[in-house]
Formats: sequence, C-alpha cells, structure tokens
Amino acid sequence: MTMENKSALLVGVGGQGAILTAKVLVNGLMSAGYDVKMSEVHGMSQRGGSVSTQVHWGKKVYSPVIGRGAADIIVAFEKMEAVRYADFLKPDGVAVINDYEIPSSTVAAGLCEYPAGCLEAMERTFRCFTLNAGEIAIGLGSAKCMNIVLFGALTRALSMNDVDWESVIRATVPPKFLELNLAAYRAGRDAVK
Amino acid sequence: MVIILERQLLSGNEAIARGAYEAGIRVCSAYPGTPSTEIFENLPQYADSLYCEWAPNEKVATEMAYGACMGGVRSLCAMKHVGLNVAADPMFTAAYNGVGAAFVIVTADDPSMHSSQNEQDNRYYARSAKIALIEPSDSQECVDFMKEACRISEKFDMPVLFRTTTRVSHSKSLVTPGEREEPAVTPYVRNADKFVSVPAHAYRNHAKVEKNLAELEKYSNVCPLNRVEMNGTKIGVVTASIAYEYAKDAFPADTSFLKLGLTNPLPMDLIRSFAAKVDKLYVIEELEDFMEAQIRAAGIPCEGKNLTGRLYELNPQLLKERIFGVKPETRDTGVQAVSRPPALCPGCPHRGFFYTMSKNKNFVVAGDIGCYTLGCAAPLNAMDTCVCMGGGFSVAVGLAKTFEVTGQTEKKVFGVLGDSTFFHSGMTGAAEIIYNKAHVIPVVLDNSITGMTGHQDNPGSGYTLQGDVAEAIRIEDVLKSYGFEAVIIVDPQDLTAMQKAVDDALASAVPAAIICRRPCLLIKRMHHDIGLCTVDTDKCIGCRKCLKVGCPAVMTVNGKSRIDPTACVGCTVCAQVCPVGAISRKENG
Repeated sequence: MTMENKSALLVGVGGQGAILTAKVLVNGLMSAGYDVKMSEVHGMSQRGGSVSTQVHWGKKVYSPVIGRGAADIIVAFEKMEAVRYADFLKPDGVAVINDYEIPSSTVAAGLCEYPAGCLEAMERTFRCFTLNAGEIAIGLGSAKCMNIVLFGALTRALSMNDVDWESVIRATVPPKFLELNLAAYRAGRDAVK
Repeated sequence: MVIILERQLLSGNEAIARGAYEAGIRVCSAYPGTPSTEIFENLPQYADSLYCEWAPNEKVATEMAYGACMGGVRSLCAMKHVGLNVAADPMFTAAYNGVGAAFVIVTADDPSMHSSQNEQDNRYYARSAKIALIEPSDSQECVDFMKEACRISEKFDMPVLFRTTTRVSHSKSLVTPGEREEPAVTPYVRNADKFVSVPAHAYRNHAKVEKNLAELEKYSNVCPLNRVEMNGTKIGVVTASIAYEYAKDAFPADTSFLKLGLTNPLPMDLIRSFAAKVDKLYVIEELEDFMEAQIRAAGIPCEGKNLTGRLYELNPQLLKERIFGVKPETRDTGVQAVSRPPALCPGCPHRGFFYTMSKNKNFVVAGDIGCYTLGCAAPLNAMDTCVCMGGGFSVAVGLAKTFEVTGQTEKKVFGVLGDSTFFHSGMTGAAEIIYNKAHVIPVVLDNSITGMTGHQDNPGSGYTLQGDVAEAIRIEDVLKSYGFEAVIIVDPQDLTAMQKAVDDALASAVPAAIICRRPCLLIKRMHHDIGLCTVDTDKCIGCRKCLKVGCPAVMTVNGKSRIDPTACVGCTVCAQVCPVGAISRKENG
C-alpha cells in the first residue's frame, strides 16, 4: 500500500443504486486494509435529482470530499451525469459510463432538450470505458442488477489486484441474489475488456 | 473481560448515536431535519439502554431532554440548524439554570444549503447563550467528543452545543466502538433555586454563567479536544470541524495545526502560544469568521476569510486555489448538462392539489417546508411563499390582511403545510386564522408521514420512533375544536373532488379548512394500489396538457405523449387532464 490516495465519484439519478454500489466498493477497500471515507448528499436530491457519492481511500484519508479536477475515476450511471461532473475528473482520470439516458423533469416537460453527444464528448476528452449496463442487466434477467454490472466495469477500470471483489460481493449480497449479482459483476468486467 | 470491537464504517450521524450510547445518555428527543435525521434513526438499536423519541418540534425536544437532565440523567436532543431557531428559547434559559446531569444539544448545520432554506452559522448560538461548543471533524470524533461533551456539561454546569455540518454528519469514516459508561443516577430532589427561573434566580444565575464560562476558558487551553500538531514553523493553521480535514489535504506537509474541538470559549492562550511558534498564521473555517474575528480581536495577526470567503462549503481544491493560487487542472467536454431539479415523485398525492391551485391566477399560496415545497417548481408554479416550518398558515394571514386593507378582494389566500408540519408549529397558525378572522383557507396536505426527511413518524402517523403503535391525533378534530366548522377531507388525486373541495371551501359561510388525505406511496408498511398508465398514440393529439401536471414519468416524444413504464405508478392524474381520453390505466402493471 504505497500508492497515493485515490478518489472515485459515483454519479447518477436518485434511485439508480449508486449508493449501494459505493458500499460494495468500500467493503472491498476496507477488506484490503485501506483507510476509507465516503460522502453522499441526502435530502432533496433523492427526489429525481442528480446524486453523487464520493469514495476516497489510501493509507490515511483526511477530506471526505473533493473539488474540481481531483477524481481519479468517475462512474456515471447515466450519461448526461458524466458530462455534469466531468470537471471533477483529473485530466488523466478514467470515466466508466453507462450508455443510458434518463430525461430530467425539465426535458420531459419540454422546457429544454436533452444534450446530444454526451458519450462522444466524454470519449473525446477522457479515457473512457463505455457499456450499456441496462441492456446487459436485462439480458441476465433483472434490470435491478444494473448497478452491479457497472460495479464490474469499475473494478476493471480500477485494475487493483489487492482486492478480491468476488468475495466482497459474496459477503455483501443476500444469498438469494448472489448468483445473479456475480453474473452481473462478471458481465460488467467483460463488457469493458 | 474486554471485548475488542471491530472497526466499522459509520456516518457522523450513526457515530453520534453510538457516542450517545457509549456516553451513558439515557433520554433523547429530536425532530427530524436534514442533515441531522439519521442520529435518531440509529438510536432505537440501543433502546435497551436509553429512551428515544420523535418530538412534535425542536423546542419540545429540547425542553423534554432538558427536563430529563434536571431529573438527573444524561440527555440529548438533536435538530438541523434552523431547528435551533425554534429551540433557542429553552436553550438560553437552560444556560442560566445549568444542568442536573449532562445535557447535549446537537445542531447539524448545512453549508451550501443542500437541503435547507439558509446557511446560518450556529456557532454564534453558543457564544450568545454562553455555553460550550464542541465540533467533531470525523465519525471517530463524533463518538469520542460526545463523552467529553457530557463531562464538560457536568463539570461546568452548562448545556453543550454539539455542532456538525452536512459533511461531518453524512460522511462515513472508520470508527472503533468503545464500551458504554454507566454514570451513577442520584435520586431526584427538588431544587427550585436552580431550576425555577424567576427573575431573582436569573439575576444570580447570570453571574454564575460568567464565572463558569471563565473557568471553561481556562480549561479549554488544556482540554484534550484541542491539540497541536507541530510539523514545521513556517505555516500554522488554526482550524476546527470539517475544515480541518480540508486543510490537512490542502496545506503543505510541513504545516503545523492547532486542531480545535472545543471552540467556545476559544483557548486564546493556546492560540497565542501556537501563533508565536509559526511565521504565518491562517484560520481556516467554513461560513463566518467566528474564530478569526475573536483571534484578531485578541491582537493575534492572522489571515483567513479574506482568502477563503464566507459563502458555501469549502474543499481541499478550493482552499489550494484561494490560499496558494493553485488552480485545479480540468478538461472541458464542450457539452452542457441541463439541470435535473428535484420534482414531486410519480404518484405523489400533492400533485393533484398543486395542479388545482395552478389553474387559477387569483389563488395565492403560502407554502411551507416539506416535499410539497416542490409545488413551487415548473410546470406547476403553484406557490407564492415559503419561509419556515409552520409559516404556511401565519404568512397566509399576513397576505390576506394585506389584500383586505388594500382592497384586492379578488385574491384568494391558501395556507399550505403537511401533517408533520401541522403538529410542529402549524396549529398555532390555525389558531391565528380563527382568532383574527382571516380570509384564509388552511390546507393540510396529509400524506401520513414526515416525507422530505426520509419517512419519520409524527403525532398523526400512529407510530413512535421505535415503531410501536401510538395514538394518532386526528387533524380534523384539532381543526374543528379550533372553530373550523367546515373541515373538508378530500383525496387530492381525484381532480374533480379536489376542485369541488376548493370551491366549497371558498363558498363556505362558516370557517372552512381542507385536508388533502392520501398516504405517500413510499410508506413501506402500507399496501399501495399500483397500476400503470399508457398512452394510446392514435388518440393523442399532442396538446401537451398532460405535461402540465409535472410528473417525471410523463414526457413527450416525437410530438406525442409517452409514459415511462418504469416510473409510472398509475395514479391517473395525467389521464384526468387529457381532453381526448388518450391515457388509460392498466391494473397491476
């Protein structure tokens, strides 16, 4: 454990399961002996708004939050949210992006347009791992495991070899959903090879 | 036998609950409010060792907990920052009387206003009330400082204000749990000289307060919560709370720190000796110059607010930029995300009421704090004011009297608040409407839960914090006993009935009130009638009227309406406004 501290930002829309994904990530980091801090915003943001969860790890972590240009990795559960938080990413940072679109209430009401070319703009600007986690999850039998598909992609992008992520999933997920979630994790990893 | 407990990742709020348990606190009361709510959601797990409850409001919670401390056990109350405005009255007098056993008041401030109407800095309350202020920086300190807060409260005979911010309360960090202290309980005896705050006692008590505060200031210089980390002599930083964590990341490794946990009264001798050891002194704090102004007034040169500013949350990158001029390196994607404002959920019972309000330009709606504040957002745009908890009814009276004295009689005023807010401080506003004959229709949006803070029970919901069955106070009975002879109870999701309720209330010859009653769909213990609405695109004429209800599930695609089947719950409000019957509900969709 000689590395510098690392920061991950998980962004999406309220209800997509970003917080649960962050918890699995944190359990893995803790099992490998890292100091970990995690920060999330509650309250009004839960009602269909944009949500973000931050995870920081290393030998000793102080701040539970970062500012612009300080994230090593962003996991976007929705592609416009990737663009919204892009300036938190370091120039050499990595983005894992779900090719998935959720119109905001303002777009749905016809008050503005959903921006075109979110994915392409991210791919032009940063090193990106893009996947359609929603489709992969439905293919596995449940749209609800989309967040674990993204988690699989995240672990591939992190390329950390000191954490046994499958054991972490085994320890975190209820037995009833274990096989589905392990399949989702592996499919997510394979999707961004 | 010593049990070694494993390290756990806890939020600051979970850690405060743990700290209350370990400190031997026995009685706890709170009103929910972001970012403080989870403290009390995490207390029932310790119910074998302590009593905890939701109070109707923060003032009641503070009075109740103070009563327990006068009774002789350690007690705690908790609230968000604006809640302390409501609870300030008992706090200021508790400061004069002093405590029986320890009394801790938790305030969770919200810099950047993630879920609040202002970003007031509650550290000034401690200075103003002349009580101790303790500020943890992470979850381990939330546990450890709670025990020290209890010791300080008892040793210096004063309430302790225990202040967090959103990032302390809602960030998770590693905690090593400890064991519970069991303070001895002394049998209760009356002590009227101390606890009856008549003027003669208060006159004497003020002198005692000043003496105790002076003693506490002496102690603050040696208190274990205030510590020096010497790493070099070039730069020194005085800091506290979450700003300590930001500064540790932002300043060079050879920076020395004076990290304060007890911040009122400030340890000025300790600060002076620390300042003398470094070439340059910074004071790093979020929001106001609470510490810096006092340090400057003591004649110690320092810098801080001139660089960091008073607005909003800080973070390490902001500090690096504002103090050292190091701009973060970022890349622009060239694409602009559109805003994703929070909206009333699909199937939210409040939608039907606000849609009805939105149709009449002469309706003036005095709103309040809760999920229903979102009735102000486009496309509903159905709210005129929102000030504070309970303000919905009383602000409405002010508006109605204005229209009365200025002859704007075409304006019809509605005061709007929720069930939990009604019990919090809406009832006094209802009395104001009757007592002063105001032309206001009070409307209680009763969704059977305290919604926005994440579903806490209240005096109308029928359950306690521990989940036990409680007496559910009937809002209609309260309103009737006040003199609202016509209390109209309506299902707001039935738009025809909702419109009739409004028309009937306005036409009523006797004082009228409306209760819009339908439970929040997110209440887990209830069965909900979930369906699915779909659009017949052949019938849809693309008039976009269904978009006017402001439902996140309803959108327009290629000129025709479309309903997101993953979001829709089949409430049919959009179907009721469709002029051509293009939307229909399928059962069990």
